[in-house]
Amino acid sequence: MDSVLEVNGTTMDFGGLRALHAVDLQVRQGEIVALIGPNGAGKTTFFNCVTGIYDPTEGDIFISPPGGKRRRINGIKINRAAELGMARTFQNVRLFPNMTVLENVMIGRHCRAKAGVLGAIFRGWDTRREEQEIVDHSYEILVKIGLADQVDELAKNLPYGAQRRLEIARAMATEPFLLLLDEPAAGMNPRETEALEELIVQIRDEEKISILMIEHDMKIVMSISDRIFVLDYGEKIAEGTPAEIRENPVVIKAYLGEDVNA
Amino acid sequence: MKALSEFKKALIISLWFMLLTFPIMVIRVNTIEKVVEWRWRNMAFIGIGSFLLSFVWRYLLGRKEKGRKLAEAGSVEARPFSRRLLDEPRIYRPALAAVTLFAVAFPFLFSSYQTNIMTTALMYVMLGLGLNIVVGLAGLLDLGYVAFYAVGAYSYALLNHHFGLGFWAILPVGALLGVLFGILLGFPVLRLRGDYLAIVTLGFGEIIRLILENWNEFSFGPSGIANIPRPGLFGIQMSLNEATIYLYFLMIALCLFTIFVVNRLQDSRIGRAWIALREDEVACQAMGIDKTKTKLTAFALGATWAGMVGVIFAAKTTFINPASFTFLESAMILSIVVLGGMGSIIGVILGAFILILTPEYLRAFSNYRMLLFGTTMVLMMVFRPQGIVTNVRRIYKFRARGRDGEPSQA
Amino acid sequence: MDYFLELLLGGLTRGSIYALIALGYTMVYGIIELINFAHGEIYMIGAFTALIVASVLTMNGMTGISVLILASVVAVLYSAAYGFTVEKIAYKPLRQAPRLSPLISAIGMSIFLQNYVLLAQTSDYLPFPNLIPVLPFMEPYSQLMGSTELVIVLTTTVVTVILTLFIKFTKIGKAMRATAQDRSMAMLTGVNVNRVISNTFIIGSALAAIGGVLIASHVGRINFYIGFIAGIKAFTAAVLGGIGSIPGAVLGGLVLGWTESFATGYVSSDYEDVFAFCLLVLILIFRPAGLLGRSTAQKV
Ligand SMILES: Nc1ncnc2c1ncn2[C@@H]1O[C@H](COP(=O)(O)OP(=O)(O)O)[C@@H](O)[C@H]1O
Ligand SMILES: [Mg+2]
Repeated sequence: MDSVLEVNGTTMDFGGLRALHAVDLQVRQGEIVALIGPNGAGKTTFFNCVTGIYDPTEGDIFISPPGGKRRRINGIKINRAAELGMARTFQNVRLFPNMTVLENVMIGRHCRAKAGVLGAIFRGWDTRREEQEIVDHSYEILVKIGLADQVDELAKNLPYGAQRRLEIARAMATEPFLLLLDEPAAGMNPRETEALEELIVQIRDEEKISILMIEHDMKIVMSISDRIFVLDYGEKIAEGTPAEIRENPVVIKAYLGEDVNA
Repeated sequence: MKALSEFKKALIISLWFMLLTFPIMVIRVNTIEKVVEWRWRNMAFIGIGSFLLSFVWRYLLGRKEKGRKLAEAGSVEARPFSRRLLDEPRIYRPALAAVTLFAVAFPFLFSSYQTNIMTTALMYVMLGLGLNIVVGLAGLLDLGYVAFYAVGAYSYALLNHHFGLGFWAILPVGALLGVLFGILLGFPVLRLRGDYLAIVTLGFGEIIRLILENWNEFSFGPSGIANIPRPGLFGIQMSLNEATIYLYFLMIALCLFTIFVVNRLQDSRIGRAWIALREDEVACQAMGIDKTKTKLTAFALGATWAGMVGVIFAAKTTFINPASFTFLESAMILSIVVLGGMGSIIGVILGAFILILTPEYLRAFSNYRMLLFGTTMVLMMVFRPQGIVTNVRRIYKFRARGRDGEPSQA
Repeated sequence: MDYFLELLLGGLTRGSIYALIALGYTMVYGIIELINFAHGEIYMIGAFTALIVASVLTMNGMTGISVLILASVVAVLYSAAYGFTVEKIAYKPLRQAPRLSPLISAIGMSIFLQNYVLLAQTSDYLPFPNLIPVLPFMEPYSQLMGSTELVIVLTTTVVTVILTLFIKFTKIGKAMRATAQDRSMAMLTGVNVNRVISNTFIIGSALAAIGGVLIASHVGRINFYIGFIAGIKAFTAAVLGGIGSIPGAVLGGLVLGWTESFATGYVSSDYEDVFAFCLLVLILIFRPAGLLGRSTAQKV
């Protein structure tokens, strides 16, 4: 199977601190891959390297969008990463708090639309059509995500779980081939978590988007991931299917402890 | 019991302020004639004033706190009163008609002195709307906005002086130079964090003013440029009074043009990107928005209006010198935006009228002009950071909804 | 060579004053990440208070060093009180607000204070008596450096040393450092953050007042507007050295003082302030972390 994301030997240093050390990771088309590890292991830093927020100190990051050609993306601009088809959510929700739910998703459509300053001022026929397309498409995504009832609400007034879903909706609006979710279930109650689990699988199956997610909730990780990568102190200590990871003595020792077997 | 402790608090505050303002407010020394003037009355004013204001202050703070608690508890905020007025066609249509009528009749009802003041207020409306793009929408605190205003004014004065070009030829040139300088000054500061950007733009503004002041060969230095022609109208000769009225209507037209354009921009793909950038820069970029390009468009489009108003300013006063383009001018425009409500067109218009006209019409206030601007900024930030008119987000129509934006029940 | 030395010493004097004011900026920024735009006005109020006190005293027949000491003490107390009050009114209610709100409030406060002094006193320049006595042993060097200049440099040195020791060894100083490092962590360990912030404003304002008295004696006249330019220059000094750092503020002040001194001496005296502004713009654009600071990647 083809990898849509291929990370080889990536190292990230902050001054004297080595947050990532020669990490390899691949995500194949149509997979749900989980990245786990204790707090401070470097998982978010890994996302930041892939999405252009940091330029890794060493290593290569390649993407091969389905139907596109393979390219190295080290140190590209953040917005370029989104244009190329990688969309992410943030560990600490980062919505646009004073914009409505719908507008938040519409921002995701920005990079797939064209209207410029002159278009905005003269508001010609094609600009208006494009605007309507943005609105309609955004609404459709909200329906899929289950936020259709709150389109006109300000993002900051949504409950926490809904804010996390809105971040996913916004990311999907950029039409990614790879969705990177940073602890999507954090702060959700069990019912919300279950719905989220379904949503992620649905995104993969129906939208054909590959998924790389950081998650601490082992239930979700073990039930929906195709493969799991384990980071500890910036190093990859294991990779494999959920069954393999569950049995892996290094992982159990370093991270999972007795939790998983309990 | 509570009342007593409140009273005590107010008394302490009042004593504190009497003491604090004692040297500056009470004593005035005349070092030449060697006399000291003791103004004890001021102390009494301060004492009584701060005693009363301390109640108002604490009441307002308490109310704000309560409002925040309510919002956190998730209760839906009622539509603000001002907003309800604006949304109600039965109210705003006649109001709009009345305003239009008043605006048209104004120069014929009042003296040309009054008309001049109104023209000035309209110029600040335009400046406020321009700065509103940069500060209110894109969230970039530009403290050197007056630089673009100076560019416009000097481009008319100099091009007219050297090449005899007229007002109408320079108006678009002023706008274009505004854009150009917006990009030129905007480019290096885009990487900077919010507060550093503010200081750098202030630095740019001051550098431009100091250059105008010192580079005599280019700008005629502090003595400025005089005899700048007023705007013409197909070569018709106009009396001073007629010229004033003409300029007034010209300003009305330009303001309407500005409102139209800013409104369209705000409601577009670009406008949304500006707001998103203001709300969260990193998230905005992660959604594929080019930060550099978006910030530059905001800077450039904001500067356009300052460039244009600069040309008008030169034509209106027929004399300009660098003293008109100090930091305080930028601060004044900023306080208009802050008072009106960042991102709200109606708010900025109201803000400009309130802040420019109050000192003009209430004679008692005319000396307190800048005091008023400073106080406005502090009070608005402390009590009502969203401005007098809260900007309500737009409701979009989509397929699942009827024409009026309400869900059509399927 | 003499000219060079003159510029060098002139720059040292200027730089010392900038450093004194810059300390206030740097301490406040270190703790609440706010550019305290009204700091320059606190310095101006210090100078005005000193002028008023000194004039009243001399008109009542007092002379000599006691005038200097009394005027300075009152100026320091008043500036500290103003700093404290400004923080309570304009910044404290904005602790939770977005970053730009307190900055706008600070700009408003700065304009307010300028006009407060303008309206209550005068818009004219007032002559400021030279309160600093002429030191006889400086007589032979008066070509290069007067007594006033010497006092300015010495005062700055002493104040900086005391401040450094204060922050290093006293309980208040330790609480300030803890808050600057991590506010929520400091709160957890029982530091009263509000008190720390107040203390910071009080100390910074007191230093600004010392600067105000010294420079007013040096220049010989003041008006309500002197705080604006001085404030911006001191801020430049603070950023130059790396904002948040106390040795940085002193270094920045000196570098700025020398830059101005040599640039006006060798290039052109018309553009005195332009050099400072250019330095400000360049440093913020190319090295916002300052000469001593290290740039850090933003955490996401
Ligand atoms: N911008 C940064 N500057 C310095 N250190 C950083 C930065 N970003 C992350 N780190 C450090 O890198 C390590 C890994 O952090 P992170 O990737 O957030 O961990 P995780 O997401 O696995 O909990 C931590 O020690 C963190 O402090
Ligand atoms: Mg993380």
